Amino acid sequence: MSQTDVALLLEMYRRMVRIRQFELAAIDLFKRGQVKSTVHPYIGQEASGVGVCMALRHDDLVAGTHRSHGHNIAKGADTGRMMAEILGKDTGYCRGRGGSMHIAAFETGSLGALAVVGSGIPIAVGAALGFKMRGEDRVSVSFTGDGACNTGNFHEGLNLAAIWDLPFLLVLENNQYAISTRIERVTRVKDLAERASAYGIPGVRVDGFDPLAVYCAAREAVERARGGKGPTLLVTESYRLEGHYAGEPEVYRARAEVAEQRRNDPIPRFRVRLLEEFRLSTDAINAVESEVGQEIREAVRFAKESPSPDPGTALDFIYA
Amino acid sequence: MISSMPEEQPRMPTVSRDSVSLGATTSAMPADLIIQVAPGIPARLMSCQEAIREALRQEMIRDDAVFLMGEDIGKHGGAFGVTRTLFDQFGPDRVRDTPISENTIVGAATGAALVGMRPVAEIMFVDFSGLALDQIANQAAKLRLMTGGQAKVPWVVRMAQGGGAGKSIAAQHSQSLEIWYAHIPGLKVVLPSTPHDAMGLLKASIRDDNPVVFLEHKLLYSFKGWVPEEEFVLPLGKCDVKRAGTDVTIIASGYMVWLAMMAARIVEAEGISVEVIDVRTISPLDEETIGESARKTGRVVVVAEPCRSYGPTGEWAMVVMEQAFEYLRAPIIRLAGRHTPVPFAQSLCTGLWPETSDVVGAVRKVME
Repeated sequence: MSQTDVALLLEMYRRMVRIRQFELAAIDLFKRGQVKSTVHPYIGQEASGVGVCMALRHDDLVAGTHRSHGHNIAKGADTGRMMAEILGKDTGYCRGRGGSMHIAAFETGSLGALAVVGSGIPIAVGAALGFKMRGEDRVSVSFTGDGACNTGNFHEGLNLAAIWDLPFLLVLENNQYAISTRIERVTRVKDLAERASAYGIPGVRVDGFDPLAVYCAAREAVERARGGKGPTLLVTESYRLEGHYAGEPEVYRARAEVAEQRRNDPIPRFRVRLLEEFRLSTDAINAVESEVGQEIREAVRFAKESPSPDPGTALDFIYA
Repeated sequence: MISSMPEEQPRMPTVSRDSVSLGATTSAMPADLIIQVAPGIPARLMSCQEAIREALRQEMIRDDAVFLMGEDIGKHGGAFGVTRTLFDQFGPDRVRDTPISENTIVGAATGAALVGMRPVAEIMFVDFSGLALDQIANQAAKLRLMTGGQAKVPWVVRMAQGGGAGKSIAAQHSQSLEIWYAHIPGLKVVLPSTPHDAMGLLKASIRDDNPVVFLEHKLLYSFKGWVPEEEFVLPLGKCDVKRAGTDVTIIASGYMVWLAMMAARIVEAEGISVEVIDVRTISPLDEETIGESARKTGRVVVVAEPCRSYGPTGEWAMVVMEQAFEYLRAPIIRLAGRHTPVPFAQSLCTGLWPETSDVVGAVRKVME
């Protein structure tokens, strides 16, 4: 295995651990009453966002959902400014105007988290249109959950991207639940990637617990998009290990079901592979974990110590 | 037609009765009611439809980032013929026919705008914009605030509206819905009443860095007026004093401005001097110009086409109360559309919207 491969694997692991530790810290702050609204954990789905974003360039764009801490971190956002945003601080990416559900980090190519389910799809399609019209070889990605696949946005957006051969990738992260509603109860097709055939584009389904599988599939789709061959629907199959939001009672699913799915937790699974299949050293992996731990502690400190936005600026940023 | 405005303006244009593809004017107004080009200034006579097309053409030539997207806007030229010839001039890349996907037409415009384009999307009828409401009101309008100023959404969404006051095309193609959008912070809402204003305001809307909902009154598409030859841009967010007067202020927008101007001409013979304020930007509202006029005249009539309840007239009247209460010499009179879906039969439409005679009556009453 080359040095490049080792670096790639470690970076993949680093980003997944960073998302996990960031969210555990955010949930902890929420439980202490320091997050004034709510947080929607991505725990269990880290491999999906990381696998996709590792296949992107810095100047490619992603648009997310209400559950997008992971997408932002995977795309390279700073965890301190993200945590500050969750705490509603002036140092947050959105100056405390967005909060957990709307983190956008334009400097890293994160167009923003759009919390009306499915609404980010047409916007990401439009960004792809802009790239194509200007002859830029950039790619635009929309992350959505399974809940979005029955919205008009999904159908309209994929269709438009398809007919105009836009450099677009729709990542449908099937975590099995739209709040309490299991995907099987609201969708007849078993394989959501089959939906792609309705738009005449490729549909690919991968194990969303496996960052390498996601990365390989995303790389192919991104190359295709960048090459002017049009969009792809990429379905990553995983599971939402936490409730819809932190502390949600989860009365609609059995604890045994969640316990069973915890065995698929992508982070310990990938750790074992790094050690056994790819022969990385325990030291290297431990170093990543402790560095990330230090970074997240620092992010929390930065967020807590940051000032709230000045009430006198409440009417800023309405018009450009 | 291109010509120079003669000093005395002897050749005042008459209003074209040419029908647009849907709806013809049945209440034509003499075009000399509203003169916006000073004598001696080179000008050409154009309809609102032509003025909007010309504004699009000029902006597309000026800035490569400007492009059009919408249903049937290519070869077909749009439901009202506004984009006719633009497809041939600019090609399919910049004049994009879309599927019938209103929400995604606007959403894609937002995405393109976020990466530096200046899209002008067309939603055929404002009535259809309910399908795009999430993208307009929840996404485009809020992105700047939600991202703490990172996002900028410089798009224009053009929509045809109104038309009840003349020829109804029934409940799903005749509404006036500026209030849907005026209520949403982050949007600008423009409603021109003349070819001159349509040209200058559309050019300003395209250059504005915010999402602008640009509403085109269907009855006005065929209305003609003089437009300066020389390029010009009008400011958004300002009312226009269409006629100065001292006794009564009529506050109106869109097609209703023409009724106000006609009424002003009629009561002039009775010695009543009317000032007409055209709220040509619905939002943000220019409260100063309204207040100034109301303080001057002390008598106010508000006229608008949308349904009366929670409509623009209530908003304008309240601005008058806040800005000029102690100057008022009579209660404000409000004229507005009735609170009903628009029926089809002409006989049912009579009296559903203010007519010139209503405005004349209101002016006389407020003078009592």
